[in-house]
Amino acid sequence: MATRKTPETAAVDGANVSKDDLLKYYREMLLIRRFEEKAGQLYGMGLIGGFCHLYIGQEAVVVGLEAAAKEGDKRVTSYRDHGHMLACGMDPKGVMAELTGREGGYSRGKGGSMHMFSKEKHFYGGHGIVGAQVPIGAGLAFSDKYKGNDNVTFAYFGDGAANQGQVYETYNMAELWSLPVVFVIENNQYAMGTSVKRSTKSTTLFGRGVAFGIPGEQVDGMDVLAVKAAGEKAVAHCRAGNGPYILEMMTYRYRGHSMSDPAKYRTREEVQKIREERDAIEHVRELLISGGHATEDDLKAIDKEIKATVSDAAEFSKESPEPALSELWTDIYA
Amino acid sequence: MATMTMIEAIRDALDLALTEDSRVTLFGEDVGYFGGVFRCTAGLQQKHGVARCFDTPISELGIVGAAIGMAAFGRRPVVEIQFADYMYPAYDQIVSEAARMRYRTAGEFTCPLVVRMPTGGGIFGGQTHSQSTEALFTHVTGLKTVVPSTPYDAKGLLLAAIDDPDPVIFLEPKRLYNGPFDGHHDRPVTPWRGHPLAEVPKGRYHLPLGQAAIRRAGTQLTVLAYGTMVHVALAAVAETGIDAEVIDLRTLLPLDLETITTSVRRTGRCVIVHEATLTSGFGAELAAQVQAECFWHLEAPVERVAGWDTPYPHTAEWDYFPGPARVAAACRRVMET
Repeated sequence: MATRKTPETAAVDGANVSKDDLLKYYREMLLIRRFEEKAGQLYGMGLIGGFCHLYIGQEAVVVGLEAAAKEGDKRVTSYRDHGHMLACGMDPKGVMAELTGREGGYSRGKGGSMHMFSKEKHFYGGHGIVGAQVPIGAGLAFSDKYKGNDNVTFAYFGDGAANQGQVYETYNMAELWSLPVVFVIENNQYAMGTSVKRSTKSTTLFGRGVAFGIPGEQVDGMDVLAVKAAGEKAVAHCRAGNGPYILEMMTYRYRGHSMSDPAKYRTREEVQKIREERDAIEHVRELLISGGHATEDDLKAIDKEIKATVSDAAEFSKESPEPALSELWTDIYA
Repeated sequence: MATMTMIEAIRDALDLALTEDSRVTLFGEDVGYFGGVFRCTAGLQQKHGVARCFDTPISELGIVGAAIGMAAFGRRPVVEIQFADYMYPAYDQIVSEAARMRYRTAGEFTCPLVVRMPTGGGIFGGQTHSQSTEALFTHVTGLKTVVPSTPYDAKGLLLAAIDDPDPVIFLEPKRLYNGPFDGHHDRPVTPWRGHPLAEVPKGRYHLPLGQAAIRRAGTQLTVLAYGTMVHVALAAVAETGIDAEVIDLRTLLPLDLETITTSVRRTGRCVIVHEATLTSGFGAELAAQVQAECFWHLEAPVERVAGWDTPYPHTAEWDYFPGPARVAAACRRVMET
């Protein structure tokens, strides 16, 4: 992994980012974090029920990769999906209202936290079964290949899903048919309560692609610029017709796996240390301030704006009506 | 006597099996170090060691496949699929290997394996964490399928399942883990504490697979249920005032047909209740058996109350769930015929 960008190098060298880019990433990552914090609050208030997997800590992965994407590219992910939806431009109101199970939610209350989609934003879910989205991602890419365009699909999955058999069936087919799919392993170190080291001896997860002829690399997933640079490389590989590429994003989730998590599988100190030393948002904040690209006041204004967006989403998610009972019987067959 | 939750009763059974039978081995996702997503195996790795209770990668097919190999060669694996909804990747191994091992080796190899899975809804899990998959197992010859409804039964049935010479699917209704949920989701949660069927004796006892329990004796109507729906049926019957007999099947295969038919021949009426979707659900099999065996005694058509034929919804969970109101309405309809 390359070392982190410093304020001196960030906005000027090969990372190819401008001041506006940095501000954009800051804004997008902060939106995800504040949105997720609000979702956690609404859960605590009983407005969200069931499962709710927060993305806090991993924001740089989706924001960096979206910065490498173009219109027409697709994305598909697991149940920890709120960040992906916000990063690809889906409306926070619709996402939050799906969490609260309302008519205004992206799946009109039928799916909940883990099962949301948006054709407009080329977001193909939101899948509750670990690893199940990976072959679907290859299929999305296959479809684009038939259409003869140069779109790419981002198929996201975690370090836990990396041990599912269907991932390897997909690797084999994706390389065999040169499918334009970027396999993004969000390695946040824990499959619920089981650490990577306790679930495999082959802990360098991207390296498994070698067996199928798929190139890949490990990336500092807490550094949005490193993510973007790696994403651009992977996407270029795919767009050029060279088949799939694997990006293993070394990241970390600050919160529990879902909302009830005894958190006995790691120490508070471990979490605290990463928050202090590797936080993705703090990193960009530091780049902006130290590089002289933004003042504290500029950032405060952004914070305020995002707070308002999230607050509007929360209000919408409370006010949107519950779906009509008749909705139980719709969307089952054509 | 000490009362236990269903989680504690299951843990007690597993603890005992590990202690008394060195062949017993537990594994599954987060089963060891973490103690299971619903805490059914909490503390067992610390007590019995990593070799007897351990974590696996998230690989359901691999978990069941490895367990089948162990079972065929002398061990007694008890594996956990974290949610019944996650078992589909493992279904090939369950159906094509575990269920058929005895037959295709002409009895030379057997598969004494238990696959535990939390089943059913009621916790806002949505479509991938709420399904009731029992009919997918009862349709497969060679498997036994068990669904306990009380802590007492859970322990006795699980110990019997572990001792059984054939593969047993052990479905644990997750909404019953912490209390006898009767479908009134808007009322305060009732804990197991104080419930007579939460009194769990120390030490080993077995409940034979294939023996139903009569939870309420009655003369006017027979209600067949299992798992969570036993408690829902009891609540519904109480609310109607109908003198119904409520039978808890406990084991779906082998099925205690005798207890069922004896009751229906006496009452002449039958309502079947399950949480799984209606079409091709286990209720269809029960209805067929009841009409075949009790045809001349029936005063009314057999009714089924089940989940609607829809995916398990997120928001509309309680409209999907066949709660006491729906069960009571069916009971009244059958009585009016």
